[in-house]
Amino acid sequence: MSVKVLTANRLTDGEAVWLGANGEWLEHIDGALIARHAEAVTALEEAGKAAIKSNLVIDVNVIDVEERGTNLYPLRLRERIRQLGPTIRLDLGKQAEKPKATAA
Amino acid sequence: MYRYDEFDHAFVSARVDQFKDQVERRLAGELTEDQFRPLRLMNGVYLQLHAYMLRVAIPYGTLSSRQMRKLAHIARHYDRGYGHFTTRQNLQYNWPALKDMPKVLDELASVEMHALQTSGNCIRNVTADHFAGAAADEVADPRPYAEILRQWSSMHPEFSYLPRKFKIAVTGAERDRAAIQVHDIGLHLKKNATGEIGFAVYVGGGQGRTPMVAKKIRDFLPVEDLLSYTTAIMRVYNLNGRRDNKYKARIKILVHETGTEELTRQVEAEFRVLKETDLKLPQKDVDAIDSYFAPPSLPVRPEGWSELAAARKADHAFSAWVDQNVTPHKNPDYGVVTISLKPIGGIPGDATDAQMDLVADIAEKFSQDEIRVSHEQNLVLPHVAIADLRIVYDLLLTDGLATANAGLITDIIACPGLDYCALANARSIPVAQRISERFGKPERQSDIGELKIKISGCINACGHHHVGHIGILGVEKKGEELYQISLGGSGDEICTIGDITGRGFSSEEIVDAVETIVDRYLEIRTDKEETFLTTYRRVGAAPFKDALYSEAANAA
Repeated sequence: MSVKVLTANRLTDGEAVWLGANGEWLEHIDGALIARHAEAVTALEEAGKAAIKSNLVIDVNVIDVEERGTNLYPLRLRERIRQLGPTIRLDLGKQAEKPKATAA
Repeated sequence: MYRYDEFDHAFVSARVDQFKDQVERRLAGELTEDQFRPLRLMNGVYLQLHAYMLRVAIPYGTLSSRQMRKLAHIARHYDRGYGHFTTRQNLQYNWPALKDMPKVLDELASVEMHALQTSGNCIRNVTADHFAGAAADEVADPRPYAEILRQWSSMHPEFSYLPRKFKIAVTGAERDRAAIQVHDIGLHLKKNATGEIGFAVYVGGGQGRTPMVAKKIRDFLPVEDLLSYTTAIMRVYNLNGRRDNKYKARIKILVHETGTEELTRQVEAEFRVLKETDLKLPQKDVDAIDSYFAPPSLPVRPEGWSELAAARKADHAFSAWVDQNVTPHKNPDYGVVTISLKPIGGIPGDATDAQMDLVADIAEKFSQDEIRVSHEQNLVLPHVAIADLRIVYDLLLTDGLATANAGLITDIIACPGLDYCALANARSIPVAQRISERFGKPERQSDIGELKIKISGCINACGHHHVGHIGILGVEKKGEELYQISLGGSGDEICTIGDITGRGFSSEEIVDAVETIVDRYLEIRTDKEETFLTTYRRVGAAPFKDALYSEAANAA
């Protein structure tokens, strides 16, 4: 079943980040706050607006993900590439720290 | 090469200081993103999928060794050790941090470079033939005129907020290597019957979601009228171009909707008003700019030809590289060397910091300190003595820069696509890599001959797919990448937009589909001399569609 998480890019360096369950912006999707119903999605959107106002992040978006075991799997390829890094340079991006993952 | 004067230095330095202040205010929260976005874009700073991207302007694709070394230095210290040369003769860094941008712009300014007007609805970096000032078939060097246009258009108060971005390209030879007919304004430098230099003027070309070939509105414009006539075009566009719909805002739509005849009438009417104003170029000013681009004094090196013959006999790979990557120079003792940034299976247009440094060293010693960036995402050494080709080749070999494929099927243009770009719908680079691997054997490429494949990861067409002999457009359909093929496009002097073949192909199918097209071409060409494009123009799309879709149908 598809659920939603909140993602953005960090203001200072553009790094892809996800809003964590602890309210912090995380550099990896693991631990992202999951919205499972409409009210929770609205709360995510409100959190996004607040984060923009506080100048922590830019380009904030709610995205669809699937829970696969303990992992979160973004449904769009675009988001999977953001999650990991360029598929043509496995030595770059977050995947360089997480060798097990595949983007596409 | 052009060198900054005091005004240029002060201007760029002031812009760096201004942007430094804007970045500081943004990071301190004094500017919102909505306020800051247009400011960062004016300085070439985009946000992509993984990080910010900085697009550095390389006016008319010309670089000195010192400038190339600086680009390498920036790649090493502020990025991840590489840069990406683009289809607009620029360089993009994929990973710089916002907080470092002012320092990077300071570094660029120290070698007379900047990132101004590489984004936004202004007149973008002016592009030109990458063989300018060197090619044997050139009538005149287009770069002085590109430089005049650069100076005129930089921060032009009237044209900084156009309906949409605006691209100008200049070529100085009959053979159009600058794709001028797919630019907003294309200028073809030529001589008239009395031997005077002037321009044929094309307007309203472009790619993107509505591809159009430019219309010629002047067959011969005297040099002195370059700025007044260009201003006349810009004024007609700025006044009448649509601002209500960004997809209809380029000048090509205005030309199409107004009609070429009426648009020409409007431009000529505006030109009559401007012709005798201070926009008229004084010859002494043209001469002053021209002097920066004076041909280098090239020593006589006749010994090269016999040395070359012997070296070619001794090494087939070197000989193939000379055949493919060396173009005739004005001076018979010299050649123009294309450095392929398309290693087999590699990423089109990417160069590491070490490769940039190597090219800078080679250019300094063997090419009059000059380097060019081509819109086909390669580098060029414009003035290499025939006698030095062997040593230049050996040096290029040391870092994977001697691939003998200029103009062949593996010399593929590809935009960054969904691996980096926030606008992309599909990946481009992996498709290019797989095609390159499929056709990578030298004998096979040589047998196929000239064939330009161009790949874009979205309808914005940064990968020039509309003018690819084989064009590939990536789209997203039902969450999957899908690739649409077009055939018969060409960006040269006989400019055509490719015809879409039909339904698209999945990522798994696309390389086989390209091979099917190539195999059909090899079956039906009259002989090896008939190129893919000539064959396509002779037979049309039907044989290729038949091969593509009947095979697919059979397989299903």
